[in-house]
Amino acid sequence: MIRERFEHDLMTVQQDLMELCDLSIHSLQESFKAFLKKDIDLALQVIDTDPKINRLEEIINDRVILLIAKQQPVATDLRRLIVVIKAASDMERIGDHAVNIAKESIRIGKEPFVTSVEPIEEMFHKTILMLRQIVDAFIEENTTKAKEIANLDDEVDELTGNTLSNLMKLSVSNEHVAQVTSLSYVCRCIERAADHATNIAEHLFYLVKGKHYELNN
Amino acid sequence: MVQLLTKHEVRPSAMGIETNQANIMQSHNFNLWYGDHHALKDINLEMKENEVTAIIGPSGCGKSTYIKALNRMVELVPIVRTSGQINYRGRNIFSNGYEVEELRTKVGMVFQKPNPFPKSIYDNIAYGPRIHGIKNKKILDEIVEKSLRGAAIWDEVKDRLNQNAYGLSGGQQQRICIARCLAIEPDVILMDEPTSALDPISTLKVEELVQQMKEQYSIVIVTHNMQQAARISDKTAFFLNGEVVEFDKTDIIFSTPSDQRTEDYISGRFG
Repeated sequence: MIRERFEHDLMTVQQDLMELCDLSIHSLQESFKAFLKKDIDLALQVIDTDPKINRLEEIINDRVILLIAKQQPVATDLRRLIVVIKAASDMERIGDHAVNIAKESIRIGKEPFVTSVEPIEEMFHKTILMLRQIVDAFIEENTTKAKEIANLDDEVDELTGNTLSNLMKLSVSNEHVAQVTSLSYVCRCIERAADHATNIAEHLFYLVKGKHYELNN
Repeated sequence: MVQLLTKHEVRPSAMGIETNQANIMQSHNFNLWYGDHHALKDINLEMKENEVTAIIGPSGCGKSTYIKALNRMVELVPIVRTSGQINYRGRNIFSNGYEVEELRTKVGMVFQKPNPFPKSIYDNIAYGPRIHGIKNKKILDEIVEKSLRGAAIWDEVKDRLNQNAYGLSGGQQQRICIARCLAIEPDVILMDEPTSALDPISTLKVEELVQQMKEQYSIVIVTHNMQQAARISDKTAFFLNGEVVEFDKTDIIFSTPSDQRTEDYISGRFG
C-alpha cells in the first residue's frame, strides 16, 4: 500500500465521525429522557455537552481540510472526505436539536403534560432507530440500509403532521398555550433530527454511487 | 414510499463539455513492438480539435511511446515495428508515401527537458521557418514576435532577442521551445512531460499557456502529474502495460472512473 499515511489519516477522521455520531445520538436520547422524566439536571447536562460536540465537528472539518490540501485526494477518496464533512455537519445539528429539547424540558419544568406524549415518543423511537441504522449503513457503506431509512423518515413525517395537528387543537385553551408550544417545538426538533439522518443516507449514496439522490418525497 | 430519483440524470461534471469538435487524430488498433516487446496493444483513441488530451499512467506503460508514435518519432528506434493505424485528419500517417517532414510540420513536439538550440532567442524561433524557405526578414520578425507572444514569453525576452537562449531560466527555455514549435504553425502539439523539469511557478505558466493554446491548437500531453492532467485537460487516457484502460472526460476520470485500476492509480494506490 503506497498511501499508508493517507489511509491512516482517513481512518482517523472516520473514527472521529463515529465518535461524533455516538455523542450526538446519546445527547438526543438524554434530552428526551429529561423531557419525559422532567429531569432538569439531566437537561442541563445535555446543554453542557453540546460544546464538546461542536468542537469535535470543528476538529473533523480541520482534519479533512488538511487532508484535502496535503494529499489531494480524487474520486472515491475525495467523495469520502466530502461526505465526512457533510455527515459531521448533520450530526452536529442533531446535537443542537438535543439542546433545544433540553431547553424546552426546562421550560416545561415539573408541570404535568397537558396531553399524552405517546405519539412524540413513537416519533422519537423511530428517529433513534434511523440514526442507529444510518451509523451501521455508514460503517458498512450499505446503500440498501440507507434506503430503508427514508421509509422511516416518511413515517416520522406523517406522525409529526398528526401530532402537531392534535396539539394545535389543544392550544385554543389559553392556559395550555405555553406547554403546547414547547411540545410542538420538541416534535419539530425530533422531526428535524430524522431529516438529518435521511441527509446522511443521501450522502452515503453519493459516496458509493458518485451521484446525488433524493431519497424521499 | 421511497422514490429513488437521481437529482441529476446527467453527471454535473459532464454537463456543458460534450464536444462536437472534429477528430484530428485517431488511432485504430494501433500496436507497437520494440523487438519482441509488445509495448502498445490495440490502442484506440480519438483526439479532438481544440482539446487537451492528457495521457497518464505509471512508468513503462507506453504513454511516451504512444505520443512519439503520433509524429512517427518512434521510427528513430531501429527495432520498432507497428501495426494498425494512426490517422491525422483522416489519413494514416504510417501509410506509404506519407512524408514524415510534412507530418512533423503539422504535429509538433515539446519535450520533457527544455532543449533550445545554442543560438540566439531569435534564431531559435526563426530556425523552422527558415528551413521552410522563409528568408524575408520582415516576415521572420513577425513570425518570431507572434510565436513568442503565443508562448507567453514575448514581454520577458523582447529586449534581448539576440542573446543566447541558454541564458534563460528553465521555465523560459521551455516556453522558447513551445514558441519554436508554434513558429511552423502546427495543428497539433505533442507535449511529453513538459513541466517535469520546471519549478512550480514555471509549471503554472506552462499550464496557463496550454489552456490558452488550445483555442488555436489541439494538444496531447503526457504527464506524471495527475493534478496537472486534472487541471488542464479535457479528456484523459489512462495507460497501463501498453493498453488503454480507460479514456473519458477528465472530470469523469478524476471523480467517478469506471475501472478500479484507474481509481487505484489516480488515488495513488499503485504506480
